[in-house]
Amino acid sequence: MQFHNQVLDNGLEIIAEVNKEAFSQSLGYFVKTGSRDESPEMAGVSHFLEHMMFKGTPNRSAVDVNRELDDLGSQSNAYTSEEQTVYYMSVLPENQNAALDLLTDMMRPALRDEDFQTERQVILEEIAMYDDQPPYGAMERAMEVYFREHPLARRVLGTRETVAALDPESMRAYHEARYAPNNLTLVATGAVDFDALVQSVEKMTKHWKPSSSARSLRSPSIESEEVAMVHPPATQQYTLQYSPGPGYCDERRYVTRILASILGDDSGSRLFWELVDTGLAESAAVFTQEFEECGLICTFLACAPEQQEENWEAIRNTLASGKQNPITEREMELAKNKICAGMILGSERPSNRLFSVGNAWTFRRKYETIQAATKHYQAVRSEDVQEEFEKLSDRKQVTVSVGPEA
Amino acid sequence: MQQKVFEHRLPNGMVVLGEPMPWLESVAFSILLPAGTHHEPSNRLGLSGMTLEMCQRGSGPWSSRDVVEQLDFLGVERSSSVTTFHTSLSMAAMASVLEPTLEIAATIIREPHFPDDELEEARQSALLELASIEDDPAQKCFKELKRLRFGDVYGRSSLGSQEGLEETTLDDCKKFHANHYHPDGAIISLAGNFQWDSFLKLVERLFGDWTGNPKQAHAKVVSIPGSSHLKHDSQQTHIAIAYDAVSYNHPEYYQSRGLVGILSDGMSSRLFSEVREKRGLVYSVSASSHSLDDCGSVLCYAGTTAPRAQETLDVTVQTILELEKGIEPDELKRLKSRVRTSLVMEQESSSSRSSQMAYDWAYLGRVPTRKELLSTIDALTCESLIEHYSKFRPKSWSLVTIGPEPLEFANAVS
Repeated sequence: MQFHNQVLDNGLEIIAEVNKEAFSQSLGYFVKTGSRDESPEMAGVSHFLEHMMFKGTPNRSAVDVNRELDDLGSQSNAYTSEEQTVYYMSVLPENQNAALDLLTDMMRPALRDEDFQTERQVILEEIAMYDDQPPYGAMERAMEVYFREHPLARRVLGTRETVAALDPESMRAYHEARYAPNNLTLVATGAVDFDALVQSVEKMTKHWKPSSSARSLRSPSIESEEVAMVHPPATQQYTLQYSPGPGYCDERRYVTRILASILGDDSGSRLFWELVDTGLAESAAVFTQEFEECGLICTFLACAPEQQEENWEAIRNTLASGKQNPITEREMELAKNKICAGMILGSERPSNRLFSVGNAWTFRRKYETIQAATKHYQAVRSEDVQEEFEKLSDRKQVTVSVGPEA
Repeated sequence: MQQKVFEHRLPNGMVVLGEPMPWLESVAFSILLPAGTHHEPSNRLGLSGMTLEMCQRGSGPWSSRDVVEQLDFLGVERSSSVTTFHTSLSMAAMASVLEPTLEIAATIIREPHFPDDELEEARQSALLELASIEDDPAQKCFKELKRLRFGDVYGRSSLGSQEGLEETTLDDCKKFHANHYHPDGAIISLAGNFQWDSFLKLVERLFGDWTGNPKQAHAKVVSIPGSSHLKHDSQQTHIAIAYDAVSYNHPEYYQSRGLVGILSDGMSSRLFSEVREKRGLVYSVSASSHSLDDCGSVLCYAGTTAPRAQETLDVTVQTILELEKGIEPDELKRLKSRVRTSLVMEQESSSSRSSQMAYDWAYLGRVPTRKELLSTIDALTCESLIEHYSKFRPKSWSLVTIGPEPLEFANAVS
């Protein structure tokens, strides 16, 4: 494995983890923009734009883009989150140039009015699809209640109203501001010819102009709150709780991730043995979500509505039992082995490595081999996990529950 | 694409398959057992899943908790499931822990304890899983499609029924295990970084003395046309469609799979273009090939808000029927390019390779190589696809919709 990075004159950064032995390569543009970078009235524009990026460029029609993606035999897709928009494809090494040409051209889309109107319908279908899934609604609501005035409160998909009100002109302005070369990183993994990559990208992007596309960071102010939502067609009760945790630049995140695994992994954790293995709940989990300046510790319960109260009480007791039931060395060992083995198994595909390498660099400006990345977990001490555990229930909490009845 | 697939049959009938991928650090195995939902007594629907669950609650020297802890200790990723014809257990781990991992898998299959104090817990878990599908209308739509299309025995869901799960006793599980967890008809396939000789010795040690009944034949699977609507207070209407096609073991399977590819593989495929890109009717639309023994089907899905559901159904069916008008050489070229790429990338994953080998053997009694597959795909022509279409026109249609209103479906009777 060899790591390379280079910044072009226009500010576009290119990084690669080259593995000459790999069968394929993956390429991705990581754009530092997401729902948190939108104004409230433009909620959903990052995600809508992500769809529009597949709709053609001045050089290619929408049909051309789709056909070329398939011509290259690529496995390609894109996603939008609160903090980033990523476009990626996996191809055979011999298609590096053609893939790069297409993906780079796509970063300068035509954003044609007619395509905009058709694609809006697809976005509204996507919103309707998630609206029919009660746990998803609980998650969106929990983000809104937890983050309040903070930009992370905004829905990635936007709402029916904001999406209906968006127009191509404001999307073009958003694109110009957020897709400047200095806000993009091109990430490549697998059997990559790095020199050729840099050469082609330099040529293709030399007319791209940098801009100032800063993100405003601030700590969220949190008030504990409980919200009950009713979704009449639901048959199960879903409960989601958010409390403050470390962000992805915070060194404490390894401690919190291990704690979450011990308490609430989907297999072998304390909540698993107490509620899932015993058939009391369909799911009872603790996991983390990390953002740039803050993070969340999330607790999730899915069970029959009549069992919600008792199960939730059991979860609260387990999460508050730090002093009575301290973390054992055996639990530490199992959690570390599970996390590290999962990381190594997942790293065999260049398409998976793309996200680990790309995120580490765009979030923290850090490159690590998979072996180095696992060492952070191996180094975590049980005292630190125990300390974190004992403080867990003192945090402010936002709880959202959704089910068939109030 | 160099490739070596090893095959061996133990005297007890169990088939052992292996494909070394020495460039990986991992190994992955899949074990298929000839125990599926079609073996369940009609008043014990869900028994095959309950039996598999109980097998994982303590076996050999391990308690229920030990099994999970040992596998976590070894860093093993695992999954298990039941289908119409098989029970499957899959595990992936670092190459260095293959032996202890397979030892645990062998005890799960051969020496389960069936602890009576865990039956209720397993039952409650299964009932919750069954109930949870009610909040997932797309999945529920396919469950209903399967029931409607393949009937009482072959259309069973692995989730079972509430009555069946409630009635299941520990004796039922023990009996199901004794009657159907047998070496004849069982397949173990391993892919990744390993030596075939030592793997075979390990399998012989763990499974060589396993005995059981010979594999049983079963009645032919046939598709039953028809349609049904489930009323659901949702914004979207979920549409699942099926029609006859040749099955995985048919000599012309790849002609049929090619047609499905033209419909649904990639962003330039016809369903994606016609239903989503041109008309903006859906977020999701897809088609896939499905086989139950000799009975092949194409399954399609589309989800759309209720007022546009009729148009979505009509355009989807129209797009399928328009295959008859011809295939463009460019479409076929793109399809071949996608297949070739995915065959190369299959070499990056021991998990996908091991499950593919087991599936191949279960359906074909052999494992085609990538080279063979590639030349089959290369031989497809626009003419051969159309000829195949005319020979095996879509028929025996099934339709299931979930949403506020039922839809009109002209093909229901054809």
